[in-house]
Amino acid sequence: MPIKSAPESSNQTAPPDRRPAAGGAEPASPPRPVSPAEAAWERDTLAPALEQTPERDWDFTTLSSLPIRRLYTAADLPPGFDFERETGFPGAPPYVRGIHPTLYRGRLWTMRQFSGFATAEETNERYRYLLSQGQTGLSVAFDLPTLMGYDSDHPLSEGEVGKCGVAIDSLADMERLFAGIRLDQVTVSMTINAPAAAIWAMYLVAAEKQGLDLRRLSGTLQNDILKEYIAQKEYIYPPAPSMRLVVDTIEFAARQTPRFNPISISGYHIREAGSTALQELAFTLRDGMEYVEWTLRRGLAVDEFAPQLSFFFNAHSDFFEEIAKYRAARKLWYRVMTERYGARLARSARLRFHTQTAGVSLTAQQPYNNVARVALQALAAVLGGTQSLHTNSLDEALALPTAEAATIALRTQQILAYETGVTNTVDPLGGSFFVERLTLDLAAGAEAYFRRIDDLGGMVAAVERGFPQREIADAAYQYQCALERRRKVMVGVNEFATEEQPLETLYIDERVRARQAERLRRLRAERDGGAVERALAALRRAAGGETNTMPALLDCVRAYATLGEISEALRSVFGGYTETSIT
Amino acid sequence: MTNVAETRKIRVLVAKPGLDGHDRGAKVVARGLRDAGMEVIYTGLRQTPEMIAAAALQEDVDCIGLSILSGAHNALVPRLMELLRQGGLEDVLVVVGGIIPDADAAALQQAGVAAVFPPGTSMREIVEFIRAHVRPAPALD
Repeated sequence: MPIKSAPESSNQTAPPDRRPAAGGAEPASPPRPVSPAEAAWERDTLAPALEQTPERDWDFTTLSSLPIRRLYTAADLPPGFDFERETGFPGAPPYVRGIHPTLYRGRLWTMRQFSGFATAEETNERYRYLLSQGQTGLSVAFDLPTLMGYDSDHPLSEGEVGKCGVAIDSLADMERLFAGIRLDQVTVSMTINAPAAAIWAMYLVAAEKQGLDLRRLSGTLQNDILKEYIAQKEYIYPPAPSMRLVVDTIEFAARQTPRFNPISISGYHIREAGSTALQELAFTLRDGMEYVEWTLRRGLAVDEFAPQLSFFFNAHSDFFEEIAKYRAARKLWYRVMTERYGARLARSARLRFHTQTAGVSLTAQQPYNNVARVALQALAAVLGGTQSLHTNSLDEALALPTAEAATIALRTQQILAYETGVTNTVDPLGGSFFVERLTLDLAAGAEAYFRRIDDLGGMVAAVERGFPQREIADAAYQYQCALERRRKVMVGVNEFATEEQPLETLYIDERVRARQAERLRRLRAERDGGAVERALAALRRAAGGETNTMPALLDCVRAYATLGEISEALRSVFGGYTETSIT
Repeated sequence: MTNVAETRKIRVLVAKPGLDGHDRGAKVVARGLRDAGMEVIYTGLRQTPEMIAAAALQEDVDCIGLSILSGAHNALVPRLMELLRQGGLEDVLVVVGGIIPDADAAALQQAGVAAVFPPGTSMREIVEFIRAHVRPAPALD
């Protein structure tokens, strides 16, 4: 959407504009007031310079096609813009400048590299290596069968086991995954969604078996099913029962695991699927609002659970747009939590977020260039005040990363933290006319999307009608068209391409599936089959009724029911789901 | 001289085999091929090789475009090629896009895949390749 001048932005209600069609004119910034001094500068300095050296024939828009001005001044902020009131101070409402008063002077962000491949043993070895290299948190990548709730020996798992992450079929695998890692000494994030409640139950029982008090565990479950329907498409059940499972975990966490985030409301995948920065911001926060509303309907008070909600954003390549996005997100969340939902605890309205650099920006061509991309994206996340960060590895457009590539990615964060000096002060870009204007525009654009989604009846209804899916598909296609026209450049791809040698990459063979299948065979032979059946029957009863499913899930896990068996039990009650594809 | 076969549009089945839900590429390519004047049928997600072969037969397509980012190509693509042969569809052009290691790309081509398009491939390259290689000779557009 175009950047609005000050007087227009206050009553802006129109939905964001479509970006120009292929071959169409680029949008221009609308006029804004010009001070006498600026007018004099335009006349005496700018005009002669333009005469001598015209501006390049270039698309001066953000990666999301927001038009950007040559220069931002005080006139770009709304009349009477009160900086202290609008942005606040760090650690104080509306949290534009950050959620901690001292930010990285107090504590650095958590360096949390997403990792997982092959079997639990191999991934456990990588975790121990990363921790020994100074990584400060763990983040589990599961393979596709696990993400879809299938056991490794299911026919649909063929070719997929251990490929995109680690294969976890039962509690036994979860115990192997964290062997020798005390779960009260490290925070663990788990990227799992449709089967999140079952995988979390496995994690909690693994911690119990280490003799730990669940109340002391801290970590994060991704568990954001809405963005699966919107973007990543790893759903199992229809939206309503899926939302019920999410609320079950939020409720359980509020009562039993006060330091665990039961959900990480994620824009990352929305952006990777091709959304603009604004769509990422708007859909993610509106998803968050949907979870709040469903949990309130369960009967919890907002301050009972809201402090445990966390977020996850992408760090893409347009530096300032990304920084403004994070700042706008904090402001919007503060506003909706206090004004729309009546939160009274400060912790309920403080948006905490993890960031991952943009996988989609990585190029298979000239892969070492990705180190530079990742460093700049990570810098944007840090300047935007992230709480934790994953930096992608240079080889990830080709394969899962090698240990060497993963180490460079971690070192990139350490260079930012210890060498660049960007941690010395809080929100160093606060007060920049440009960044403040972008922050205002992104917040206003997101609010316009909130109204559209409210009008559709909320996010579940909007998803069922394909609204966010269509918006993202359009944006993805328009970006591809811009690449084809070279209005956007990917270095080494559509410009500056060269012939090159292939890179050594990690290769995962098909033996992982055979090993997992053999383990499953032994597990099924050795466990108490009657206990498994009873636990699964109790789970089906819980799922068919209105009680929280978490206790029944924990019992299934303790009896060593497999993920596939648990998912099938729930599917027998909830049914499956097939989307209507939008192309 | 023209006949019906020569004047109809190129028909392409864009398919997502395996469990992978990353459909950005498949959808962008589907739309790009359509804008280039082809008729495109998109299967949607999580198709088995059997489902894809059946759809190709039923839709009478000239080309199948597979999108795979999960690493399951070695298991799924050769099986699809075998099913196409069994179904008498060996003249259907099969192209693959996604994240395919170089060594695997060579093996897929041995199995009968006409081209593997890595990340960063332009729409123009894909369109030109399909136009040049699809059999029988496509229509002028």
